[in-house]
Amino acid sequence: MQATRRSFSFGLKFDNLVEEFLQQLTNGLAVGGIYALIALGYTMVYGVLKLINFAHGDLFTYGAYLGLTLLTSLALTDRLGFALGVLVLVLMVMGLVAVLGAILERAAYRPLRESPRLSAVVSALGASIFLQNTLMLIYGARFQVYPDGVLPTATLDLFGFYIPLMRVLIVLASVLMMIALYLFIQKTRIGAAIRAAAIDQGAARLMGIDVNRVILLVFLVGPALGGAAGLMIGLYYGQINFTMGWIYGMKAFTAAILGGIGNIPGAMVGGLLLGVIEAMGAAYLSIAWKDAIAFCVLILILMVRPTGLLGERVADKV
Amino acid sequence: MNRTDGWIAGLCAALLMVAPLLLNAYWVDVLNSVGLYALLALGLNLILGEAGLFNMGHAAFYAMGAYTAAILNTRYQIPILWTLPLSGLVAGLFALAVARPVVHLRGDYLLIVTIGVGEIVRIALVNDVFGITGGANGIFGISRPNFFGFVIRQPQQFFYLIWGFVGLTIFLFLRLKQSRFGRALNYLREDAVAAEGSGINTAYYKLAAFGLGAFWAGMAGCLFAAKMTIISPESFSFWESVVLFMIVILGGAGSIPGVLLAAFLVIGLPELFREFSSARMLVFGLVMMVMMVVRPQGLLSARGRRFG
Repeated sequence: MQATRRSFSFGLKFDNLVEEFLQQLTNGLAVGGIYALIALGYTMVYGVLKLINFAHGDLFTYGAYLGLTLLTSLALTDRLGFALGVLVLVLMVMGLVAVLGAILERAAYRPLRESPRLSAVVSALGASIFLQNTLMLIYGARFQVYPDGVLPTATLDLFGFYIPLMRVLIVLASVLMMIALYLFIQKTRIGAAIRAAAIDQGAARLMGIDVNRVILLVFLVGPALGGAAGLMIGLYYGQINFTMGWIYGMKAFTAAILGGIGNIPGAMVGGLLLGVIEAMGAAYLSIAWKDAIAFCVLILILMVRPTGLLGERVADKV
Repeated sequence: MNRTDGWIAGLCAALLMVAPLLLNAYWVDVLNSVGLYALLALGLNLILGEAGLFNMGHAAFYAMGAYTAAILNTRYQIPILWTLPLSGLVAGLFALAVARPVVHLRGDYLLIVTIGVGEIVRIALVNDVFGITGGANGIFGISRPNFFGFVIRQPQQFFYLIWGFVGLTIFLFLRLKQSRFGRALNYLREDAVAAEGSGINTAYYKLAAFGLGAFWAGMAGCLFAAKMTIISPESFSFWESVVLFMIVILGGAGSIPGVLLAAFLVIGLPELFREFSSARMLVFGLVMMVMMVVRPQGLLSARGRRFG
């Protein structure tokens, strides 16, 4: 009797541990998928221009805010039902943020393409500050809240463990987008042009590739994915703020470095990995240090293996 | 420095000397802020301007100095001005320790790492690391500076303390700029490979720039703690680093007059337009973008060195 009771309680405890672990894992994967989507924007721009687009995180924030505005003003989910409504919403946000990305390229980066590195970095920072504060002046400095009742609160029964449906949807959506992007880059002629421009712009030009158009394209696709990620964060956490872009941007950038910057599969792997590391660290080490975990990963990876898991050299060997 | 420069510098110095007698306490306080930022930016100018190392975590060194001074003063009752060299030393050593493994990284990666360091320091302060930083509330009750029995409390009195220190810094840094050390840093900025080829130990000079710049930030932190008597992690956020970076770039990397002018423009000017204060950062962002196209070398760019 005594023995069976003990084993029973042990079993319950074990179940709790597994439950906790699974919750953290799926949470990490959902956030990681979002990181990966943002990281793709960094990595694509870096691949072609060798420039860190510091304003990318703010385009992500614009995705979240545009999503909120469209969601509340158009009431898409009421009119079209949840699935179609959200799909239309995602496409609209992606389109709008892509346009913003193209404007950003035109205004902040193209005039500086021949300038020294520092100028482009400073201009990118300026653009980031400008975009953030425009948002603040329009929406105010407070947190904005996604409306209740729009999102499904259902949970999914996964072998007896209950996982929020939203989490599963986010993981699925981000993985789908990543696969679509991968196929686009690998299998289409335009994708080949992007790869060629990333390897050698001059040679690509000689082969009849319009490098300016490739760069424009990169600044359309990257921000579109970033905007979708912003919308997902809004739907997932329900709360957005005009400054959140830089912390998510930094983490996504860490993900891009972790996977190897300039490398598209690397950004996906790095994003998911970072999401899981962060979720596990917050759960099992310390929640208060959650935001520091990504920065520690960043510094460690740059010290130990600056090429990332699958990528390019970033340190001068002088 | 030619004759007109000398006259302009003298005139500015004279104007500043009499400023506290003419202005009210509020504006003197604004000038004190300008002075502190000028100190910080002069330190950053060594790293970013002279040596060309993208450091966007300067607020971390500033925080190190301020917290060192505050902890020594509130826990061990050491007079605040006595902690000045120690604050600088702690910040400088911290900078050496964090910069050592990453200083070889290419420009924009160094920028990202220094942002990361700045954030880790801020998070550590908020989380009350070692139980001595007071968490999110920070440290209060820091004593006023006592100058041989003369207690400094009025903004007017702080003005002379801070700007006297700025004056000393300008003199020292101008001398440093002319020295072999300053020339080595400039060489490093222009072409690190050629510098290494000419027998300059680049790793040593990069670290020295970091250490010295951080030393100054630490001392500025000590003065800040003395002036405010309360410090908290919010004063050392990422945005402080961005503002300092902006001051150096807008003024002209490597140009001491440029950095001083930019400190006045970035910190002092918004006080004139307080009703538009929420648009302040927006304007700065725009200015940074436009400047890089129109005048990337900054407002008062550093002049080439003349010999003979």
